[in-house]
Amino acid sequence: MDLSTRYLGLVLPHPLMPGASPLAENLDTVRRLEDAGAAAIVLPSLFEEQLLQDRMSVLRHTEDPAEGFAEALSYFPHTDDFALGPESYLEQIRRIKLAVNVPVIASLNGITRAGWIDYARLIEQAGADALELNVYFVAAGAKDTAASVEDRLIEIAAAVKQSVELPVAVKLSPFFSALRHLVRRLEALEIDGLVLFNRFYQPDIDIEALETVPRLSLSTSSELLLRLRWLAILSGRVRPSLAASGGIHDTADAIKALMAGADAVQLVSALLQRGPSHLSRLRNELVEWLERHQYASLAEMQGSMNLLRCPDPAAFERANYMAALQGWGPENRPAADF
Amino acid sequence: MVGTRTTVLVDGNEAAAAVAYRLSEVVAIYPITPASPMGELADEWAAHRKPNLWGTVPQVFEMQSEGGAAGAVHGALQAGTLATTFTASQGLLLMIPNLYKIAGELTPFVLHVAARTLATHALSIFGDHSDVMACRQTGFAMLAAASVQEAQDMAAVAHAATLRSRVPFLHFFDGFRTSHEINGVIPLADETLHALIDEAAIDGHRARALSPDHPVLRGTAQNPDVFFQAREACEPYYRECPAVVEDVMARLEHQTGRSYRLFEYAGHPAAERVVVAMGSGAETARQTAVWLAAQGERVGALTVRLYRPFSLAGFVGALPETTRAIAVLDRTKEPGALGEPLYLDVVAALAEAESAGVNWLARSRPRVIGGRYGLSSKEFTPTMVGAVFAELAQPRPKQHFTVGITDDVSHSSLKRGAHLDINDPRTQRAVFFGLGADGTVGANKNSLKIIAEETGDHVQGYFVYDSKKAGSATISHLRFGVSPIHAPYLIRSAGFVACHHFPLLERMRVLERAAPGAIVLLNAPGDPDQVWARLPREVQQVAIERKVRLYTVDASRVAREAGLGRRINTIMQTCFFALSEVMPIEAAVARIKAAITKTYGRRSEEAVRRNHAAVDQALTHLYPVPLPAEVTADHSRPPPVPPEAPDFVRRVTGAILEGLGDHLPVSAFPVDGTWPLGTARYEKRCIASEIPAFHGELCIQCNKCAMVCPHAAIRVKACRTDDLADAPAGFTTLPYKGEEFRGYRFLLAVSPDDCTGCTLCVAVCPAKDKANPRRKALEMRPIAELRTQGAAQFGYFLSRPEVPRDQVPLNPKQVQLFEPLFEYSGACAGCGETPYVKLLTQLFGDRAVIANATGCSSIYGGNLPTTPYAANRDGRGPAWSNSLFEDNAEFGFGMRVALDQLQREAQTLLAELAPELDSALVTRLLDTGRGEAAILSRRQEVEALRRALERLENPAARRLAGLADHLVEKSVWIVGGDGWAYDIGYGGLDHVLASDRNVNILVLDTEVYSNTGGQQSKATPMAASAKFAIAGRSTAKKDLGMIAMAYGHVYVARVAFGARDAQTVQAFLDAESYDGPSLIIAYSHCVAHGFDLSHGLDQQKLAVESGHWPLYRYDPRTLAAGGKPLELDSGPPKRSLAEFMANEARFRVVQRDDPERFKTLLEQAEAGGRLREERLRFLAGFSST
Repeated sequence: MDLSTRYLGLVLPHPLMPGASPLAENLDTVRRLEDAGAAAIVLPSLFEEQLLQDRMSVLRHTEDPAEGFAEALSYFPHTDDFALGPESYLEQIRRIKLAVNVPVIASLNGITRAGWIDYARLIEQAGADALELNVYFVAAGAKDTAASVEDRLIEIAAAVKQSVELPVAVKLSPFFSALRHLVRRLEALEIDGLVLFNRFYQPDIDIEALETVPRLSLSTSSELLLRLRWLAILSGRVRPSLAASGGIHDTADAIKALMAGADAVQLVSALLQRGPSHLSRLRNELVEWLERHQYASLAEMQGSMNLLRCPDPAAFERANYMAALQGWGPENRPAADF
Repeated sequence: MVGTRTTVLVDGNEAAAAVAYRLSEVVAIYPITPASPMGELADEWAAHRKPNLWGTVPQVFEMQSEGGAAGAVHGALQAGTLATTFTASQGLLLMIPNLYKIAGELTPFVLHVAARTLATHALSIFGDHSDVMACRQTGFAMLAAASVQEAQDMAAVAHAATLRSRVPFLHFFDGFRTSHEINGVIPLADETLHALIDEAAIDGHRARALSPDHPVLRGTAQNPDVFFQAREACEPYYRECPAVVEDVMARLEHQTGRSYRLFEYAGHPAAERVVVAMGSGAETARQTAVWLAAQGERVGALTVRLYRPFSLAGFVGALPETTRAIAVLDRTKEPGALGEPLYLDVVAALAEAESAGVNWLARSRPRVIGGRYGLSSKEFTPTMVGAVFAELAQPRPKQHFTVGITDDVSHSSLKRGAHLDINDPRTQRAVFFGLGADGTVGANKNSLKIIAEETGDHVQGYFVYDSKKAGSATISHLRFGVSPIHAPYLIRSAGFVACHHFPLLERMRVLERAAPGAIVLLNAPGDPDQVWARLPREVQQVAIERKVRLYTVDASRVAREAGLGRRINTIMQTCFFALSEVMPIEAAVARIKAAITKTYGRRSEEAVRRNHAAVDQALTHLYPVPLPAEVTADHSRPPPVPPEAPDFVRRVTGAILEGLGDHLPVSAFPVDGTWPLGTARYEKRCIASEIPAFHGELCIQCNKCAMVCPHAAIRVKACRTDDLADAPAGFTTLPYKGEEFRGYRFLLAVSPDDCTGCTLCVAVCPAKDKANPRRKALEMRPIAELRTQGAAQFGYFLSRPEVPRDQVPLNPKQVQLFEPLFEYSGACAGCGETPYVKLLTQLFGDRAVIANATGCSSIYGGNLPTTPYAANRDGRGPAWSNSLFEDNAEFGFGMRVALDQLQREAQTLLAELAPELDSALVTRLLDTGRGEAAILSRRQEVEALRRALERLENPAARRLAGLADHLVEKSVWIVGGDGWAYDIGYGGLDHVLASDRNVNILVLDTEVYSNTGGQQSKATPMAASAKFAIAGRSTAKKDLGMIAMAYGHVYVARVAFGARDAQTVQAFLDAESYDGPSLIIAYSHCVAHGFDLSHGLDQQKLAVESGHWPLYRYDPRTLAAGGKPLELDSGPPKRSLAEFMANEARFRVVQRDDPERFKTLLEQAEAGGRLREERLRFLAGFSST
């Protein structure tokens, strides 16, 4: 069965790959992922903010107590020697490139324009095959408009795209008012791919300690539905290739994402729960399913249920909402005067 | 200006270390101020794989003590390598046994010493020759360097000469004054070193090495028949040595043009009066003599370079034959001697030379006087040299004089003469007052570099630091100009004075350093128009009198806005360059920015960006402040101590605090180093910008804030309502929660002037406003809102009576009602050690004797000017002493033995006198009951006994009256850090643990040498970066608790107050009540861990929860009673070690620098942690039944 697909201009033997996650921090795990047949390796994000904070805090905590007391003019070895920049991340790219034969997709989360550009260049130089821009911004400020949030994203994407040669994907959040329009603007920048969607750390509340607690819970298949809708809306109508990310756990999930139009399918929670070998299981089951349903190739299935081709396109647009509500159990039914 | 381009700016330590490193194969290190930087540099160079002269990277390693370093070096030499080490003071003393051995075996070796005061009546980290003078008879050659350049050149001479002469060398220069002075040095190229070093001599050294291929035996024991003769056999080598040194100096001159002599004369060619000196003082003497000679005075100065072997011919030959009077200056004191060492040598030399027939000596018989100067880095200035020359002109000059102090006891001091300013008037002088944390010193070092490189000027920098760690002030002394700067003394009068922290104007004499017409730059917050009005009268007065040109910049605001926090240094630096016009400001700004980029470029573009932005903003915030004709301020500089302070504190402590310590006469001081307690309370430093405000309505009276406060600046009390009738307005009191003081009021107060603003109290406060959890019972607020009222309230709080100690339940919450007898120390803001020390004094302070190892705790505990240990209202409190670094366990052990002995004597006398005393009283006095109530009643009984004894007219009664206090149990505490307990003092600690004596040992474990600046100890955990373990320590932390438990009879506890304060308190109570040796190992977060100490408590929790620091108590009493002796007070790890490490720079730097290595070390640490956990669980399950 031909499972080949094109994602970010890369020809991949199949669409299944680990998404950006701590999985790729460990070289052994990376090797196991390749052994399990990962079509590509997506690295965890290089967080500029983290780097910045690390460096500023290391500087502060090593510099501030220094040169104040005659016996201890410093408390640390001279830190000029410590690489506090992106070196270790870049080194990891190089190591993974040496260790595996599949394409390596780096991921970047910047906070300054210079950070986005500089780190993108460094990532390119380190040998990554493609770059995923992990852009998110919680627009909590009263002056942040929907337009300014979009403009910011576009500015970043444009700057990075102009600075590097390698294929660039933008990982989007689902919280844009007019995603289709935003994608058109990204398309104009010749962005190579879109990853739908980001999942965020969400603050939880500790009701005993009266404190907020950061949490990232693993995804469930129910989160896939949001992705399916937007994959379906965009598939076949936009130039960038599409990756589904979030909520893909079993073969059926992957098939749905592919039918909705995904060129690549990224898994994180499922691999964290079941280990890298889950990837090969999914691939085998995908082949079985395609054969059982007599598809000639994966390509035949890709986008078959997108907005252009599915029998009931309206379902992906407004009607979906009504249908879902009606499908709910009675205990969740809104009050009559709602 | 040719030549200066080729200089490098280094301090004396780096100058010497750069040579020592290149000429060595093995470097053994132990940190000690002020020599530590030499070892640290060698370690860094080795880490960078920098090769020595022969292309290999020397091995640099840290030992457990200087004794260990000397032993290791001795071994390395015997095995045929070129070895070196660096030390000072007490460290040098510990090396002495090996120095005799190395010299006795005629082994080429150079020991580099940053000469430092030996501890006598007090410790001093500063410079004099008392340490090197203690090595005179070891058989080492002694070569003195007088300047930074010489620290390099003499280092090379020593290394070359030792190889050729086989006599080992002690090369020394003055601690701090030379070791820490930055000056331009023409570096010695590798080729020059090659030209100096005799390779054949190295071959000889190797050939003599111990080798099984050509075996020999050394270190025999010899007997009366031959030892003497064999000892004399080395003599020819010592006779030859001065000539070898002279020859090496000649080769150096040939290579570099710099000329040195064994004894070097400068001044009038026909001088009549000559001063002889060594070290940096000789430089001052020399410069002054030359200056005076130029004025026509027939004076000169003789610099001694090679002090041992003392070359008679060299010395006499260097003196002008016109010499009539000689003053020999010694930078040491030898009480009881006829004179100090150099003086005696000179007297003997002249006498020998005369009898050997040196004619002019026989003719003129010059008069020789000896004098002391410069002890503990006491300033030694041209004016003082002038006073010595003036004395020499007297018909009967004072013998054994002192210069630089006022000795109104023995009247040894010379009269202060007219001020001599011998500096080239073209040399500019600038003085900067800053804070340690604001980066002033770093920026000034950088400014020197810019000036030297940009203008080609000669520069000099010297930096004076505070005796406090929190809110410490620094004073930078910068000189620069067209002529070389040989001025090893501070700047008295500067053309540029900057004050980088406005409140320092109230605490220090800042403008007093300004020359007439000087530029004065202030970092003053707020409106520039208001700056003048805010200056105290005294400051305004000096400003007007000296017609200074005053400028102000709100650098703190610029820094804040640029995201630099308190780092105002680059802003002030920019203003300095703009005002001083050393160079065009555009050039200066470009250089400052380039320096910022160089400093931070690799580490943080953001830091570069922020600093550049601050530099750009600096000048737009710089304003001139016009001087009115008259003083307008209505406020004065506050007195250094309040008027109600005791007489001694006002006269002596106050003067020291005011910066007038140099002017105090000898009579002001105790003769034996004994000082009163409780003087820190008079030093109101007011260093916090925000302090906690108390919202009483939210308080749950948990007292955790009082427990964690490192400075005892937040306190709680229970008080009768009647005692609060006159409470000041706004003073919140609450109904006391708890049965023990039912009906009382609960008081909490904060001392605004003593708080350091560390925020630990707010962090620990669990009392949240339910509707707005961000608000807690404690909340940081700007000090201005709270200072006046808060100070009054705190004063009132202190004046309220304490609750009776015997009524306070001994549990973690209520023990905070005990008055702390350790308060307002100079420890770092947020210190993790001091809460333990404070707790010790709360629980047992009124009966504690403390032996304190040298280190942070002895410095914040006993560094003048003020002392944090305090007495209670009855006059009782901890009696504290510091002996050394290495002997603290033994020191405390000796105290215990003594107290036991005196108690036994008292009890014997009591039994003897029993028939004449009330038998019930005697019975009660001999009772061994413990605890607060027993102690209180025993004290009353002792008073009753004293009254009874007064009526008895016999010698036994008199003796018992003198010993009666010993009938009340004393609590002996042995306190120190991990450097002491795990490393240098471990042998003694082990011995004391093995005894059955009732001592309590508190190890304040910061997992690193904190006081000397972050060198690894055996307490340093695996994967942590520290000096001498830059890449991360590769072996596990020594398990001191497990080792102590192995004895079986030792009480052992591992505590972390930030994780479980209740367990900490319990451990202290257990340990003290155990009648045998007790060991408490206390986790102490530290600035050397590299995180914001306001998170210290969270990080302690994480240390415990990650298994890094398991909590336990091992109590031999339980074992004896058939129970399980080990109580595990923390559960199995529930968080990962990686999580703990991620928060601290000491681990982060390793992780970021070499993730693979970090991962390996982490895995090993995790495995080690699991093993330890298993071991502990196994032990915890054991009982004797």
